Amino acid sequence: MNLLILNGLVVDPANRICKKADILVENGKIVKIGKIQNAKCQMPNAKVIDAKNKIVTPGLIDIHTHLREPGHSDEETIASGTRAAASGGFTTIFAMPNTHPPIDSVTGVKFVLMTAMHEGIVNVLPVGAITKGQKGEELAEIGKMKNAGIVAISDDGKPVMNANIMRKALEYSKMFDLPVISHCEDTNLTKDGEMNEGYISTVLGLKGIPRQAEEIIVARDIALCELTDGRLHIAHISTAKSVELVRDAKKRGVKITAEVTPHHLSLTDKEIKNRNYDTNLKVNPPLRTEDDVKALLHGLADDTIDCIASDHAPHLAEEKQQEFKIAPSGIIGLETTLPLVITKLVHKKVLTLSQAIEKLTFNPAKIFNLNCGSLSIGSAADITIIDLNKTKTIDKFESKSKNSPFIGMKLIGFAITTIVGGKIVKENGKIISD
Amino acid sequence: MKLNHKDLLGLEYLSKKEIELILKTAKPFKQLFTRTVKKVPTLRGKTVVLLFYEPSTRTRTSFELAAKRLSADTVNIAISTSSVVKGESLIDTAKTIEAMKADFVVIRHSMSGAAHIIAKTISASIINAGDGMHEHPTQGLLDIFTILEKKDRIKGLNIAIVGDILHSRVARSNIWGLNKLGANVFVVAPATLIPAEIYKMNVEVHYDISKIIHKLDVINILRIQKERQEQHLFPTLEEYSEIFGVNSEKLLNAKKDILIMHPGPMNRGIEISTEVADSKKSVITEQVTNGIAVRMAVLYLLADTDGGECESFNS
Ligand SMILES: [Zn+2]
Ligand SMILES: [Zn+2]
Repeated sequence: MNLLILNGLVVDPANRICKKADILVENGKIVKIGKIQNAKCQMPNAKVIDAKNKIVTPGLIDIHTHLREPGHSDEETIASGTRAAASGGFTTIFAMPNTHPPIDSVTGVKFVLMTAMHEGIVNVLPVGAITKGQKGEELAEIGKMKNAGIVAISDDGKPVMNANIMRKALEYSKMFDLPVISHCEDTNLTKDGEMNEGYISTVLGLKGIPRQAEEIIVARDIALCELTDGRLHIAHISTAKSVELVRDAKKRGVKITAEVTPHHLSLTDKEIKNRNYDTNLKVNPPLRTEDDVKALLHGLADDTIDCIASDHAPHLAEEKQQEFKIAPSGIIGLETTLPLVITKLVHKKVLTLSQAIEKLTFNPAKIFNLNCGSLSIGSAADITIIDLNKTKTIDKFESKSKNSPFIGMKLIGFAITTIVGGKIVKENGKIISD
Repeated sequence: MKLNHKDLLGLEYLSKKEIELILKTAKPFKQLFTRTVKKVPTLRGKTVVLLFYEPSTRTRTSFELAAKRLSADTVNIAISTSSVVKGESLIDTAKTIEAMKADFVVIRHSMSGAAHIIAKTISASIINAGDGMHEHPTQGLLDIFTILEKKDRIKGLNIAIVGDILHSRVARSNIWGLNKLGANVFVVAPATLIPAEIYKMNVEVHYDISKIIHKLDVINILRIQKERQEQHLFPTLEEYSEIFGVNSEKLLNAKKDILIMHPGPMNRGIEISTEVADSKKSVITEQVTNGIAVRMAVLYLLADTDGGECESFNS
């Protein structure tokens, strides 16, 4: 089907476009952007989407999604996860490899790609494990996985604690131009940790996780990146000092990039006290303090932090409804990322709309060499249409899990239409799956 | 006056006035202990469930006696006999107890926030009998009651809590309660057992009790868990005893009327010397007696907030 998207405000940071324009999509590709005269007469068979007073952007990209398949399809599947993604305005998502078993071989990569092709409704790009079984001991078959389609490597969920293995990973992956996504956590310092270490953890009697547990590994990995001239991407950066470390490294020309989650930008450890040990606030790295949030916002604004990523981590309700200590870490994020970005960053003028979209489209595409993230003529028509003024109280999800601390929160700015390769997968707030 | 809460989860959540009310109410209950019939009919027909995920004969017995002296029925659910071992969640256990129509649930649990979970889930009054490293409010109240009994005031007293502050719910409840009543609170411990930013709780942090001993009115000595040594929080028990243990030698410069307290059970010869534990300065056994009175007061006052028909009690 051909599409005509009329009268939207087109925001495409990759091509430095921010203007009112129409978009013509033919055979799944973008063929024209600009004023299209008598469009309906020219294209009588095209479906017309009126985007008046709406924002039209490249399809959003989430570089940090946990889909839980294989292994935990009770929490999420590639089918349900991609629906959640489409609902949140994402047309491309990464599948993090810490599944059961972990994606550490060609077989695993092919499983994700095949399942996504048959059951997914947005593009799924697998991330391969750095080490076999994510055990941190031996390199996985990174080259073979690259040939099978991975876009990065990561042992996310845990760090590569052995510095020598991390060094080899940065060296080896360099040959394939694959970024190494680092989950920065010194597990000797975080053992049994439940939340950020500070006054609140003391009062609540929860085991603290010091900021330094993250910063030590950020500093270590930057040093290793300099040693190897590899490509390092820091996942879910959460402390002021980590931001500083990345900023300094970038100034020195180290090939390092970083992402931040919407929850680390909008919540602090105080909320755990305000909400009486609500385990939907238990995340890893933990929610930090106001000073850290300020530094993260500043880091986003000055481009020290390149991307915003959901770290969508579904968990069953019965797992979360436990004592804080034994509840698993992580929250779902695909469906709240965009409204949080618009509400907390764009409407509050931390970022311009164009900057915010850049961190959700062009920057991730650039870092991971993806052929998406722009509205360039000839590219696949991955498009998200956003209503900046739509308000909604977060309640229902397409995700199989509901572990969100944002339930009940009123947010403004939602994706209303999501188009993947010219196919509408979400329209007027509804998922269209075939 | 009443308590403004369904539950007693911690002293952090009580006002100064509410704490004073509990302490005042405990007084006549204590006098009752000298009578031959140590029972009043106040909570007749009410059920108190004692839900203990962590064994504690001392605290459980104290609550059980308090409930029985108020004529309530008690039910013990201990971890060994409970379905927890079969993997039942705390929320499911709470719902089962709700179905049994309990009026009070006294919960002891090894994880912080457990009492909050159960309080959110069911309508019975929840009394936190110790949750992880968070709070142990009735212990805090009985400590304060004991100090008040001996010193006639709390305001202006210099009170040191000595020992494993990091893992201690007793320390946290004491700090909240004592500060609200105007004491100057000191914490003394090895640096590895001092939690982050505790100074923000309005306490002075010290590593050497000798430096402040001369001005102290009360020393509350906490039990040291032997497994902390395995966690490398201090090198040996011998070293702990020598540097942080309270003994007569360290008390040489103390005020004559200094009070020595300990929530028990004691490791004699480690955090406290036998000489100090058994000295005239020690009020450790009175703490146990006072514990029952304070717990009776808590049950009595929480029952009242229920709007339950609770007879007024005259001493
Ligand atoms: Zn991670
Ligand atoms: Zn993750």
